[in-house]
Amino acid sequence: MLRYALKRGFSLIISLAVASLVIFFVIEIAPGDPASFMLGINAEPDTVAALRAELGLDQGKLQRYLAWVGGMLQGDFGMSYTYRTPVAGMIADRMWVSLPLALYALALSTLIAFPAGIYAAARRGKAGDMAVMGATQLGVAVPNFWFAMILVLVFAINLRWFGAGGFAGWDDGLGTALHSLTLPAIALALPQAAILARVMRSALLDILGEDFMRTARAKGLTRRQALWRHGLRNAMIPVLTIIGLQFSFLLAGAIIIEQVFFLPGLGRLVFQAISSRDLIVVESVVMILVFAVITVNFLVDLAYALVDPRLRSRT
Amino acid sequence: MTRNLILGTGLSSLVVLAALVSFIWTPFDHTAMDIPAKLQQPNGTHWLGTDHFGRDIFSMIMVGARTSIAVALVAVGIGMGLGVPLGLAAAANKGSWLDEIIMRGNDLVFAFPSLVIAILITAIFGAGAINAIAAIGIFNIPVFARITRGAALSLWEREFILAARVAGKGAARISGEHILPNIANLLIVQGTIQFSLGILAEAGLSYVGLGAQPPTPSWGRMLADAQTMVSFAPHLALIPGSAIVITVLGLNLMGDGLRDWLDPKLRLAR
Repeated sequence: MLRYALKRGFSLIISLAVASLVIFFVIEIAPGDPASFMLGINAEPDTVAALRAELGLDQGKLQRYLAWVGGMLQGDFGMSYTYRTPVAGMIADRMWVSLPLALYALALSTLIAFPAGIYAAARRGKAGDMAVMGATQLGVAVPNFWFAMILVLVFAINLRWFGAGGFAGWDDGLGTALHSLTLPAIALALPQAAILARVMRSALLDILGEDFMRTARAKGLTRRQALWRHGLRNAMIPVLTIIGLQFSFLLAGAIIIEQVFFLPGLGRLVFQAISSRDLIVVESVVMILVFAVITVNFLVDLAYALVDPRLRSRT
Repeated sequence: MTRNLILGTGLSSLVVLAALVSFIWTPFDHTAMDIPAKLQQPNGTHWLGTDHFGRDIFSMIMVGARTSIAVALVAVGIGMGLGVPLGLAAAANKGSWLDEIIMRGNDLVFAFPSLVIAILITAIFGAGAINAIAAIGIFNIPVFARITRGAALSLWEREFILAARVAGKGAARISGEHILPNIANLLIVQGTIQFSLGILAEAGLSYVGLGAQPPTPSWGRMLADAQTMVSFAPHLALIPGSAIVITVLGLNLMGDGLRDWLDPKLRLAR
């Protein structure tokens, strides 16, 4: 297991390095000089040159790339071009909205999808299965940001159970903060739950036909016992894959949902940064998102190996 | 034909038809403002009502279908056009450095959700429909490459491929003449799924302002415009959203139906 983890860890580092190279050089193509942009068109050439030197823009590309990566490893993402404050601090503040939102949504999605998928698989072909599958078909087709607007219309504007937007912050206690993240999390979670429930159902159905399940039944387990003891564990492989993939969709989706609920998360930060051409912020947020995706996939791979020992030797 | 296939094809055709008809006819000019007639509920003159500028929503939905379909279709084209040859090449050279490079490249692109690609492209070139196409298209490449490689690998083990090799055909010819026709069904089904995901992605990108820009109508931007008015004019949000749901639902049902119809084995397995 340790050897497998080390091997996957090594390829994790390579992936992160290549991804950072791609992001850095893509942003490099962007037209315009940040220093002239910050100082405006009337700036004196030597003022611009001084600022370029201060921001390190006068150095070579490779040098700047290494400085960027080296800085990030120490938690220093550089200075925002527009706000003149450390990018790391800006991202950390916003992360406290986006990350909990994505995790909340992931928890909701799993909580809804597991029972729904198991229920549908256990009642395969019956009315209950049809109803769940019909609902998931609809759930997959609904854009989450539109669903979010409907939730606002129903639960915030008409029923007034929730606020229509904004974030209370974590200082007023966990309950208040989670309350203001509930509608966004539901909006994010439901379409993902629909996908996950379908995967859960079909993974279980595949397993139910296996010989070891027949053996389990033959040795006297009831259908339900066999499903719980042997079926679920084996169905977890495809389900874990999807949960891993979903986390990145949820984090990216959170960026869009934040716009619906006016949440001060990474989404708001990155869209403001794009319009003010604060490229260092864009670069850093993109790197954080890609880092999250790659790392989660790495963790999913490790989780596979824990669930299915055969995978440890295969790669 | 399954019920899914019929229902799905029906819904999708309806949307495609609306998009095609919009080239020659819409009830009103979709850009024509008529402020006195603003924010009307659906009625006899304006079938789906009017927006805050008095523009006819039915006409905007018809023209918006064009944008959605065009973006998603071209994005699937990019994904298939690049992903399928890459997948075929990787499978034909299984275990080689070429396979390794292609698959690792795939993993890398996979780490960039289409929204993140769109953010990067927009940061460089500014917002526009082309960016949405590029972002969704790039995201589609590894999807098609993976599914092609996976399906092609199992075919390479089959006897009819061995026969073709004995007959002296090269890897490229075998891929084109024998592998590709045998995985075409799979690609068509995946194409339908990616098409529907493309519609959703396009709507999301236009909603946050990274997609089609005014005056090009798009369902996602109609929703963005509707957001501040949802409390007193909910139809502004309900109608474009329903258009998206109908389109995506239709395409998904069509994809499911096609899969069952093209593969009799699956019909029994369900």
